[in-house]
Amino acid sequence: MPNPDTETKTAFRLPPVAEKCVVRTKSGPDRKGHFGYFGGKFVPEILMPAITELEAEYRKARKDRSFKEELREILRSYVGRPTSLYEARRLGERLGGIRVFLKREDLTHTGAHKINNTIGQVLLAKRMGKTRIIAETGAGQHGVATATAAALMDLECEIYMGRKDTVRQSMNVFRMELAGAKVIPVDSGTRTLKDAINEAIRDWVTNVHNTHYVIGSVVGPHPYPVMVRDFQSVIGKEARSQLKKITGGLPDLIIACVGGGSNAMGIFYPFVRDQGVGMVGVEAAGEGVDTDHHSATLSVGRPGVLHGTMSYLLQDRWGQIKGAHSVAPGLDYPGVGPEHSALKESGRVKYVAVDDEQALAGFKLLCETEGIIPALESAHAVAYLAEAAEILPKDSAVLVNLSGRGDKDVETVAEIFRERGGK
Amino acid sequence: MNRIDRTFSKLRKKQESALIPFITTGDPDLVTTEALILEMDRQGADIIELGLPFSDPLADGPTIQAASQRALRNHVNALDLFHVISSARHKTDIPIVLMGYYNPVLQYGLDRFAEDAAAAGIDGTIIPDLPLEEAGSWMKAARRCGVANIFLVAPNTPEGRIRKIARATAGFLYYVSVTGITGARQEIPPELSEGLQSVRKMTKKPVAVGFGISRKEQVSMLSGAADGIIVGSAIVKIIEAGTEETENGLKASPELVDRVGRFVRELKDATL
Repeated sequence: MPNPDTETKTAFRLPPVAEKCVVRTKSGPDRKGHFGYFGGKFVPEILMPAITELEAEYRKARKDRSFKEELREILRSYVGRPTSLYEARRLGERLGGIRVFLKREDLTHTGAHKINNTIGQVLLAKRMGKTRIIAETGAGQHGVATATAAALMDLECEIYMGRKDTVRQSMNVFRMELAGAKVIPVDSGTRTLKDAINEAIRDWVTNVHNTHYVIGSVVGPHPYPVMVRDFQSVIGKEARSQLKKITGGLPDLIIACVGGGSNAMGIFYPFVRDQGVGMVGVEAAGEGVDTDHHSATLSVGRPGVLHGTMSYLLQDRWGQIKGAHSVAPGLDYPGVGPEHSALKESGRVKYVAVDDEQALAGFKLLCETEGIIPALESAHAVAYLAEAAEILPKDSAVLVNLSGRGDKDVETVAEIFRERGGK
Repeated sequence: MNRIDRTFSKLRKKQESALIPFITTGDPDLVTTEALILEMDRQGADIIELGLPFSDPLADGPTIQAASQRALRNHVNALDLFHVISSARHKTDIPIVLMGYYNPVLQYGLDRFAEDAAAAGIDGTIIPDLPLEEAGSWMKAARRCGVANIFLVAPNTPEGRIRKIARATAGFLYYVSVTGITGARQEIPPELSEGLQSVRKMTKKPVAVGFGISRKEQVSMLSGAADGIIVGSAIVKIIEAGTEETENGLKASPELVDRVGRFVRELKDATL
């Protein structure tokens, strides 16, 4: 019997039918939610009415001026948008004279881009008459952002979190509870993010009549990948006009980290049609892509179906989902948004992987040069920036999505440095 | 006409409901799975539903999740399932349907999976995360090999959609008794019979009901209302109770197969 744990990786070729329908994605999916071969709605029948309703309601809300205005006002006065676009001059100098622009999502309320999406979805849920919000969380950032939005809009809120993560991120558990949410530890499977998503879906299947499931990334069945991307693309829209004011033009390169991929989709999307703008999504190589401890889904995974969507996955040859690993808990997911898979296939975005060591170096680099502590997730983008700087022409304008602040990671990093005796 | 159709038409003449027990392949080991298939057949099961384990079974409750985990500890995969069925096919002609999530089927290759399933003697598939919209390629592959793809409908499925799904389904239509996940429940919802009745008016194909049915009283109550009754978690619980953790991994107790057989006999008697 072949042992899936020791199988050798073979290059995956898309099935012939897939090659035919890989399209250059421009403005998103077809009517059934497919980005070429990827995306779709692979969900139990019980959820079809909910997803259909969500799709219709979301389409209406998008066109509704009062919804858009309410959202904009909350983002302005509560979240703190627009976030600044900061030119990191010392960092740019250190990297050989390139111009680095940091989109400061770390300065939002709750400290990461996650809040852009949760405010949008909870507002939509309220509009749909739902009384209960559920969400999954890995590191806890999306859980905190959901609990915050639910508190703001006075909705009941329950957050599923892998048992292992509740221990690793106990402070975020407390933050969620402070906001009135109930945190439910998940003991099934690997007891991490993917299992928390399974459990949230099971809850949703059971309570779909009054419950909205706030997915935290551009993953899951249609319409989530589109909806989350749209709520997050405020990042790219702002950055675009801010950068135009400063430099008079567009960036040469945009860099963002990719776990599920919502901050990356948010900053990439408004630039997708700009042919001159290069884009790089940075995945977590963890302990190395040739080990079993990484989250480099697009770099070494194969297409498959998980959590309602067709996308690249970390899996064995029998289609069982593998565990993911990264020093950055928010990148620790064995899947990725379907639109990223399509952008990879079309070649529009390049995806690379940066390992734990490089990410820690990126973390230190930004602290030392700019006095900004990035989230370990965002530190992956900084790490790739340092690598790319070696080949970028002088004065290239690079836009980096600083998706979150690193307060949550200080403990982890301190421990790693302590173990190594100082640095 | 395949085995599923023959079974239902035979039972319809007798005005009897089909009993469809579910077990997970390789729980606790493959030898026991084959013994269980044969024993359940002897004790009156009409169709057998075999689970292909998956790491992330999001439509399943804790009981069947745990069964999947046990099977995956033995690295059970699609090939093993085909082998077990081929071997059992020498001794039984009972219809066998496979219940599995889409990704393992997809990774095996749709055409190859359909061919190998048919060759092994699988009569149908139930893929809970493959709704009609996404099922085109699989239905084509399955139909070509004479494998029936069985679709599910739920209490919250709108009528127009039920009719569409009923047209597409082969073998039978799987009616999910509750909005929820699999797992034994004390009570079955009072509106279930009504729901079943209205679905049966919409299609001539057999309608089998599942999710949450665990006791012979429930089976006997539903036996007039549905063409088939699926019992999963209650059987899997007996297997769980009869499984021991040993130094060499999981081991089935000697009484396990008999216990499951006795329970299946009780349930079958309740359909009469």
